Amino acid sequence: MQELFLLFMAASITNNFVLMQFLGICPFLGVSKEVPTAFSMGLATTFVMVTSAVVTWLVETVILVPLGIEYLQYIAFILVISSFVQLTELFVKKVSPPLYKALGIFLPLITTNCAILGLALLISMEGYGFIQSAVFGLGAGVGFTIAIVLMAGIRERLEFADVPKPLKGAPITLLVAGIMALAFTGLAM
Amino acid sequence: MEIISFASAVAGLGILGIIFGTGLAYASVKFAVEEDPKKIEIDEALPGANCGACGFAGCSSYAEAVAKGEEGIDSCPVGGEELIEKIADIMGVAASSSDEKKTAKVLCQGGNQETFNKAEYQGVPSCQAASMVDNFKSCQYGCLGFGDCAAVCDFDAIVMNDNGLPEIDPDKCAECGVCVTECPRSLIEIVSSNEDVITNCKSALKGKEVKVVCEKGCFGCTICAKKCPVDAIEMEDNLPVVDTEGCIGCGVCVKNCPTDAFVEVDF
Repeated sequence: MQELFLLFMAASITNNFVLMQFLGICPFLGVSKEVPTAFSMGLATTFVMVTSAVVTWLVETVILVPLGIEYLQYIAFILVISSFVQLTELFVKKVSPPLYKALGIFLPLITTNCAILGLALLISMEGYGFIQSAVFGLGAGVGFTIAIVLMAGIRERLEFADVPKPLKGAPITLLVAGIMALAFTGLAM
Repeated sequence: MEIISFASAVAGLGILGIIFGTGLAYASVKFAVEEDPKKIEIDEALPGANCGACGFAGCSSYAEAVAKGEEGIDSCPVGGEELIEKIADIMGVAASSSDEKKTAKVLCQGGNQETFNKAEYQGVPSCQAASMVDNFKSCQYGCLGFGDCAAVCDFDAIVMNDNGLPEIDPDKCAECGVCVTECPRSLIEIVSSNEDVITNCKSALKGKEVKVVCEKGCFGCTICAKKCPVDAIEMEDNLPVVDTEGCIGCGVCVKNCPTDAFVEVDF
């Protein structure tokens, strides 16, 4: 139990996917303008991460390894991920059309979010079990949500800050991301 | 050995594909976004030409607005009375019928017989193209006669007659206004049956200048304005403009017009 908790904390905080491993930067910068949207994006990504972690684990152990086709890992994983992104998209469209509009292109782009493929590959590399994979996936998702919501909170305040003109927009956002990553490095020490 | 690994690769990914495909197919039915059944019915009743005359992006978006109650049921000019009744049935409201009919009308009588060509045009046979070059027709305001309007009409309401002028069938015309914008000389207007008389000429020239270039053109004699018993006609750019509110439809102007440029609305 303690081991699982540590795994969760490692995935979400100390080895945060976005700020420590620099995966999934695209939505991290793209959908972090407002806290509510960022939070929803975090939830959607978390859902895809948990389900993908579990299902890729199943696919790996039940299909790829017994058939001896581990070399098709990437293709199989991407198939799983894109299917679940499609599912999430259908779900969000049904449940919350405004959110569907707010997320826009970034919703289908979860498919190409490297954090998710990275997650699946890390699970395979580390040789995690079924429960461990699920917890690791949840941790990664929560970590992504924390990072993106923090970023959105900071950017909301930056709107009113006196940012030097050349740094307005993307530069200050990247600087903030760097400083956040530094802070997270401190947590890992 | 190679065949086996090949087969297992195909089988493995094939199975995955089938599983996820079925799952997604199921989900797309389960999570299908339900649309207002009224919207679907209205959408089916609408003509489906997506002409945009209602002011919406297409029939479907108009149907949605009607179903939500944001838009009146009579905004589709194409469907006419019949459609309004259908939508009224679907929405459960009473159709407010009006006797007003509208149609597009070509406001030019200068065909091949009435006018002449002062130069020969050998370019692309379209009004848009011909209007780019200097005027070849005697009347610089008149119909160029290449039938751009007839070509652009979605409802086959416009045919070019023997005299080289477009004729619009009021029954077929859906007053969508496509021809109005298409005509490079702005000769087509949507006229209402509420109007009694219209000026069938667009020439801003005066007197002899008109007489020379067209037999039926209005040359701004102002007889109609003077004879009108209720003073509903005013001259503007050498053309009579009828005040629809004031006009009593007596027809004095039409009878007295020396060139037949004034006509009664008769549809």
